[in-house]
Amino acid sequence: MNTPLRKVGMVMLAMLTLLLANTTYVQVVRGDDYASDSRNSRVLYEEYSRERGKIVSNEAGQVLAGVKPSNDNFNFLRTYRNGPMYAPVTGYYSIMYGAGGLENAEDAFLNGSDPRLFVRRLSDMVTGRDPRGGNVRLTIQPAVQQAAYEAMTENGYTGSVVAMNPKNGDILGMVSTPSYDPNRLASHDGDEQQQAWKQYSEAEGNPMLNRAVRETYPPGSTFKIVTTAAALENGMEPDASVTPDSEVTLPNTSTQLENYGGATCPGSTLKDALKYSCNTAFAEIAGDLGADKLRATAENFGIGQDDLQIPLGVVPSSLGELESEAALYQSGIGQRDVRLTPLQDALLAATVANDGMAMKPQLVKARLAPDLSTIEDIGKEELTGDPAMSAESAEALTQMMIQSEENTGGGGKNAELKIASKTGTAEHGSDPKNTPPHAWYTAFAPHDDPKIAVAVIVESGGNRGLAATGGTVAAEIARATISAGLGGG
Amino acid sequence: MAAAAGNESAVGRQYTTNPPRELPKRRGTELMLLAFAAVIVTTAFVLVQINQEQSLSWSILWYGGAYLAIFSAAHVAVRFWAPYADPLILPCVALLNGLGLVTIYRLDLAEAERARSLGQEFAGSAPRQVLFTVVALALFLAVLRMIRDHRTLTSYAYTAGLGGLVLLALPAMLPASLSEVNGAKVWIRLPGFSIQPGEFAKILLMIFFASFLVAKRDLFMTAGKRILGVELPRARDLGPIIIAAVVCLGILVFQRDLGTALLFFGITLMMLYVATERAIWVVVGLSMFLVGAFIAYQLFTHVQQRVTNWIDPLATYDDPGGGYQIAQGLFGLGTGGVFGTGLGAGRPEMVPAAHTDFITAAIGEEIGFVGLAAVLLVYLLLAMRGMRSALAVRDTFGKLLGGGLSFAIVMQVFVIVGGVTKLIPMTGVTTPFLSAGGSSLLANYILVALLLRISDTARRPQQQKPSGEAPQKQLAPIAEAHTVMVQRPPQPPAGGGPAVPASAEQQAPGQQPPGSQAPAQQPQAQQPQAQQPAPGQGQQPATPPQGQTPVPPTPQPAPHRASRPEPGKGQAPPQAAEQRPAGGQQAERPAPAGEPAWPTEESTDDEPHRAKGDDAT
Repeated sequence: MNTPLRKVGMVMLAMLTLLLANTTYVQVVRGDDYASDSRNSRVLYEEYSRERGKIVSNEAGQVLAGVKPSNDNFNFLRTYRNGPMYAPVTGYYSIMYGAGGLENAEDAFLNGSDPRLFVRRLSDMVTGRDPRGGNVRLTIQPAVQQAAYEAMTENGYTGSVVAMNPKNGDILGMVSTPSYDPNRLASHDGDEQQQAWKQYSEAEGNPMLNRAVRETYPPGSTFKIVTTAAALENGMEPDASVTPDSEVTLPNTSTQLENYGGATCPGSTLKDALKYSCNTAFAEIAGDLGADKLRATAENFGIGQDDLQIPLGVVPSSLGELESEAALYQSGIGQRDVRLTPLQDALLAATVANDGMAMKPQLVKARLAPDLSTIEDIGKEELTGDPAMSAESAEALTQMMIQSEENTGGGGKNAELKIASKTGTAEHGSDPKNTPPHAWYTAFAPHDDPKIAVAVIVESGGNRGLAATGGTVAAEIARATISAGLGGG
Repeated sequence: MAAAAGNESAVGRQYTTNPPRELPKRRGTELMLLAFAAVIVTTAFVLVQINQEQSLSWSILWYGGAYLAIFSAAHVAVRFWAPYADPLILPCVALLNGLGLVTIYRLDLAEAERARSLGQEFAGSAPRQVLFTVVALALFLAVLRMIRDHRTLTSYAYTAGLGGLVLLALPAMLPASLSEVNGAKVWIRLPGFSIQPGEFAKILLMIFFASFLVAKRDLFMTAGKRILGVELPRARDLGPIIIAAVVCLGILVFQRDLGTALLFFGITLMMLYVATERAIWVVVGLSMFLVGAFIAYQLFTHVQQRVTNWIDPLATYDDPGGGYQIAQGLFGLGTGGVFGTGLGAGRPEMVPAAHTDFITAAIGEEIGFVGLAAVLLVYLLLAMRGMRSALAVRDTFGKLLGGGLSFAIVMQVFVIVGGVTKLIPMTGVTTPFLSAGGSSLLANYILVALLLRISDTARRPQQQKPSGEAPQKQLAPIAEAHTVMVQRPPQPPAGGGPAVPASAEQQAPGQQPPGSQAPAQQPQAQQPQAQQPAPGQGQQPATPPQGQTPVPPTPQPAPHRASRPEPGKGQAPPQAAEQRPAGGQQAERPAPAGEPAWPTEESTDDEPHRAKGDDAT
């Protein structure tokens, strides 16, 4: 009976060998596949329980997003300073809903899986430290961000403010209102997360939309900067005469295009047209330039670029089809199908301020190792490589914008700021004459040595209704932002 | 085989020293290995606590204390009641059971965390599991204490068989409210706790089957028609295997328990094969299995679903009743990788049923491939030690039962771990000693107690040191041998002293088939001169249990042989040869020549069998 017993013994050995071989296959050969399967939430948990890197501001290294130890399975709780104020900058980091905004864009670096952190991870392993994520230093100046955010929220405006350094593209402030509190989404309490998510996604005004880079608006008269630049580049002099008529008929139609309030333009030169924001003059200028020249200049401002990452993804701004002369007329004053993001609008002023060269907007200043040593500095970069206009044209345009600022009302005026600006009052909606317009204002200062360029949009006229204009609603906010930016150096 | 070798050498030594020396009991080895297991388990427990709670709590004292107490008691019991038992079996069990406890405790922590976040009450499984282990220990002690000789079990064979069948069938008979959990009707739900009677039925039926097969062995070895050179079993001998198949199919249909059906069928097949030594039974059984599996697949949707989930669990991930569980298990195993996430640092609780069916996924995730492979090897070690005992023990019933029990462990591990790792379709059975669950633990402790008993018998030297030992390979003291055999009637097998004489005797009578005992032993005697003696004696004792006094059995064998293929003449049909003690066996031996130990035992085995068979007839 021992012979069959021994054979059975061999069978037992074979069975366990099979098991071992199969276990090897599952755990060693296919292990990574299973581990990285999108349905395997263990990896996610693992990542969430790692010490995530901080997001810090440029000035003074304020920690905008950090971690604090927690006593649960995740080990660390993500916390945000002034959550709603910085939400468009930091984004959110939620266990149930994933990451959004910069938390998402810089995720690999923040969670420590970025290859640039590899050597340090190794040393962490050797020294027995838990792996930690790298830190990200932003270009944001807390003073600017705070001034802009408070100016918007004090009035309960819906809209956005973008402030940047025209010389290097650093984004100094990026506000979108209404906002949300990422702290609630980062909560380790599942119910709290769910509630917050539900509330924010259903709330009026869509607080989780980052208007600065993810929404486009008709720019209205602020677009006249582009039209003017195109005209100057194509040989028109600032003193060239333009039509002062209160209205023009769109070519091949019977539609009338009016100046604001149906008024006749107080001057008849290009300079005056910009100063008083005369629609009829710019409609004709655009029509005379033609679609190609207008588009060429616009592209060098960055309009139409569809792959911009700051490193947040920016939705492309566009001119529209420009399919007819009538369309060209309307586009020349920033209506029709022209759509710009607030960031792009800020780039208009910034480009003028930087002698006609658009700089690539940047939100990240540097990437740092867990021990705060610098791994990577983000240098300045030209946006398209081609100037939107010559330095002379830029200087001429600057002078016109100084005039425009003089002609603009609104609160917070301060001659010491030396602002060059352009307002905009953009019609929108299906019944534009009876819908409160978007109030725009884009500016840079000081005009003799530009340090900050700002764009403000207040959706649907803020609290002024149909009477709202860029000057009365948006200018004050921008001036407060500029003041904070210059005051902070 | 190593065991056998050891035995031999031990026996050899025994004969060389004049005052016979005892076989080492190896209890010290067992104690050291137990301590080693305790160290591993304690370390694992500490790691879990550190990783989960960041601190050590007093529960370590309570769990650690319980663990130490349980296995100290088991060790002491073995010292007293089975002093020659294999020293590796108990430590293997201790290690597995301890790792199971740690894993269950670790899953409890995770579940408690989840319950806390949901504001629910949570009662952990670990305290219950400790309680079950204590009860299992009590059963273990009782079995070890009450069954002093495993051969006494043969007296209760039919009782065991009946009991096993009743236990097996009970859940199917009861209304679903009393027997169904998660779709499988395999429970008896009592207030406060539930039991899975199938686990106990497994052992009872194995006892019955071993006894039955040993008694009727000759029947099954009779050749049927020869077709294409293959000797088919006679149709009427197919009875037992058909019954087994029907019972398994019944389990499948009425209890929807694929795993148990597979397990039972595998064990039945194995025991039938070992008892008859005819591979044709395996062929017949496997064909029946394939046909049965095919029919089951056609008829039952839950079988089809298991197969679909097995082929690609990721494809049916989101389906109700789909591959979610298996996929999660695979994710866990994959995440664990080679070295695991560390005890307490993974998320094994994400797999449904992680503390029962999928406990190996939890282990694989936290201690990785390395740990899981180690656990599998511990199972292999445990089963191989059991198998070794089965090889070494001298009576056929012990061999068959020991082999069956050992095989049952591996088979069960194969079925469940194979299911978890997607080697075979998932069928729910528990993982021996690891899974949470009382029935499984209790039953497996009984199983281990029986294995220990068999291994104790296998290594236990004869109580009366026969004087005849002095003669080594020479069969000198023939006379003594005779006397010895007569003297010891119902005694368990002896170290081997007396055997020698016996063989000596046999040699003389061997050529003629006389009615005396001698013929039976003769073959043995011839083969391994020195070592065989022992087995020879062992066999003799085997006869007594069947109720006969030592003397009568001997006469009987003779007639039998006569009736069967001629015992004396070397060349008879193969089966005949097997049966035949003398010539036949010798002829066979040449093959296993490499391992001298075996032949001896084999020969011994066969003889008692005949005796039994005779009795039966």
